[in-house]
Amino acid sequence: MRLNKIILSFVSALVILLSTSVVSFAKVVGDKIILGAAISLTGKYSSNGVHTQNGYNMAVDRINSMGGVKVGGKTYKFDIIYYDDESNPKRAAQLAERLISQDGVEFMLGPYSSGLTKAIAPVTEKYGVPMVEANGASRSLFTKGYKYLFAVLAPANLYLDVAIDLAVEKNNGKGVTVAMAFEQDAFSQDVRLGVLDAIKRTGSKKVIDDKLPKELNDMAATLVKVKQMKPDVLVVSGHTKGALTAIRQISEMKVDVPMLAMTHCDAAKLSKQHGKNSQYALCASQWHKTLTYKDDFFKDGMTYDADFTKEFGYAPPYQAAESSAALLVFKDAFERANSFDQKKVRDALAATNMQTFYGNIKFAEGGQNVDKPMVLFQVMCDDAGKCENKVVAPTKWASAKLIHPIPSWSER
Amino acid sequence: MDFMVFQYPMISVQACLDGILLGILFALIAYGMALQWGVMNIINIAQGDLVILGGYIAYFMYLYGIHPAWGVIVAPVIMYFVGIVIYKLVINKVVDRDLFISILATFGISILFMQLMNFAFGADVVLANSDYGTTMLFNNNVVLPNSKIFSAFISILFAICLVIYMKKSKLGRAIRATAQNARAAKILGVDTEKVYAATFGINAALCGVAGALISITFTIHPYMGLPYTIRSFMIVIVAGLGNLPGVAMSGMGLGVFEEFADYILGTEFRIGSVFLLLVLILVYRRFKLSRKREYLK
Repeated sequence: MRLNKIILSFVSALVILLSTSVVSFAKVVGDKIILGAAISLTGKYSSNGVHTQNGYNMAVDRINSMGGVKVGGKTYKFDIIYYDDESNPKRAAQLAERLISQDGVEFMLGPYSSGLTKAIAPVTEKYGVPMVEANGASRSLFTKGYKYLFAVLAPANLYLDVAIDLAVEKNNGKGVTVAMAFEQDAFSQDVRLGVLDAIKRTGSKKVIDDKLPKELNDMAATLVKVKQMKPDVLVVSGHTKGALTAIRQISEMKVDVPMLAMTHCDAAKLSKQHGKNSQYALCASQWHKTLTYKDDFFKDGMTYDADFTKEFGYAPPYQAAESSAALLVFKDAFERANSFDQKKVRDALAATNMQTFYGNIKFAEGGQNVDKPMVLFQVMCDDAGKCENKVVAPTKWASAKLIHPIPSWSER
Repeated sequence: MDFMVFQYPMISVQACLDGILLGILFALIAYGMALQWGVMNIINIAQGDLVILGGYIAYFMYLYGIHPAWGVIVAPVIMYFVGIVIYKLVINKVVDRDLFISILATFGISILFMQLMNFAFGADVVLANSDYGTTMLFNNNVVLPNSKIFSAFISILFAICLVIYMKKSKLGRAIRATAQNARAAKILGVDTEKVYAATFGINAALCGVAGALISITFTIHPYMGLPYTIRSFMIVIVAGLGNLPGVAMSGMGLGVFEEFADYILGTEFRIGSVFLLLVLILVYRRFKLSRKREYLK
């Protein structure tokens, strides 16, 4: 009997302790707005996961030091609880549950990659937690009817269709022949769908349509076909592995193609790893430092680039820039909602219409940002072998003229 | 289905040469696996991770301004000792046990290696540039990157050295004796413990060579090891243990088969078709064995 009492009192003490600890972690504590994020700090996405985290931290520090967030006449500061999702979707979903139901987080920031965002979105949706994400571009994220998901970046199907338009423009408006090599994952296949749309729209023709397996690091067969078919454009998307493999084998096999368009060039550090061999490659990018968008916190792309480099010791890839933009969006939404009610914040997010250093942000029904076009840059090298990425399309932002067609290997 | 490969004969030549060069490299990894499988009866799931680690050794040499081709000498030396350490820590406890236990143990090593490499070297995909240029054949219709030719050449060189070593040296004879009958070898004075350690070390060294070559020809990444394990497993299954010419032939055969499958069925079926081939071969072998068994009855 006595033992039972002891157990009972122990358990009730534990319950009280746990319930108070939950309260102490709630969304807004004192003058702090606590956001939650599961990020890949280890595992295969860890490099981009760290870029994402650095982008978030940079924006938190900047917003806090420049007056914070004003809600209901009071000033609040941002704080973020991070967990490491180990680049694993299942773990990411568990951590989202934990952030919401144990830590009491009421507003979330996105993880890195489409796959992990896909794993987390159903959880935030279930609890009605608004999530602003900056690194999940897969089209399927925006067709599920999610109400609480907002992405500051352009969806994946827009990554490379600009390149097809550009090739058609160079061909005096006539259709071109396109060779495609895409990895078999959600993101790359979305990019492929966008390219297919562009091919249809411009009356072009696809001549090769290869799907690269995830474990493949050899695309020699595809390139032999390219040599034989001589297409006007070669588009490749397979994350950093795809970009590095493509450049290595194109240069080794001396494949001549008038236009080469890819994704993930800056994440792959193409010009650093391949030097002059990567010259003339066109790369789709969400952001580039020379774009002239402006805001009050980071001023513009060039300033962001300089500040970020000073703080973290490396130039910011677009993954970092878009992550910083996510916090600017949250701040703006909190101030317009003038409340911490999740529904009100959600509605304020949906009504977002602003400019940041990263680009204009305005969400469509599905949550994707429809007000920011993708840019294409081209790798250009000088005689000393120093390579730089220069924006060549769309024309409005171009800082250099597109070099087209790419000179053949025998002339280089 | 696309029969372009047959319409243009030069593509067939290209596919064959690509396949053979690729196959020779895989055969080297498979030979290491066959060796320690035959001697110690251990299927090493961490084989591919040892390869990747060897690749990182060459990559770091490249980063520090040394030509990555020197990796084929440095990597095996370092990897030999890595192999010995793994043997002393883990493998010697599972050598005489059930095959399942050794698979679990090496699977654990594989996960550990992946995570450690990711932790130490980062999750970026990297490569080492050899700047070896390209060989053009048949009026520029067939292109072979010299890095691939170099890889195949070095692989063959190491395989030949190993065969001679196994035939002529004292340790080589001891290894072969242990593979045939460990107990008898022990009775006759062979220190099997030492033989096992050396075998595992040699296997790791071969992986090191292959890894250095892969960093020159393809790309490396901490999580890219498993496909190499599977590929070498397949080659060994097809060739059988202790059969070096068989391993070389089945390696090249698989390479060529893969390339042709890529052209005819499409890149997305490349790996799938290799697995299909494996299943067919296993079924065929079983079928043949069962006939033999009936005969023996």
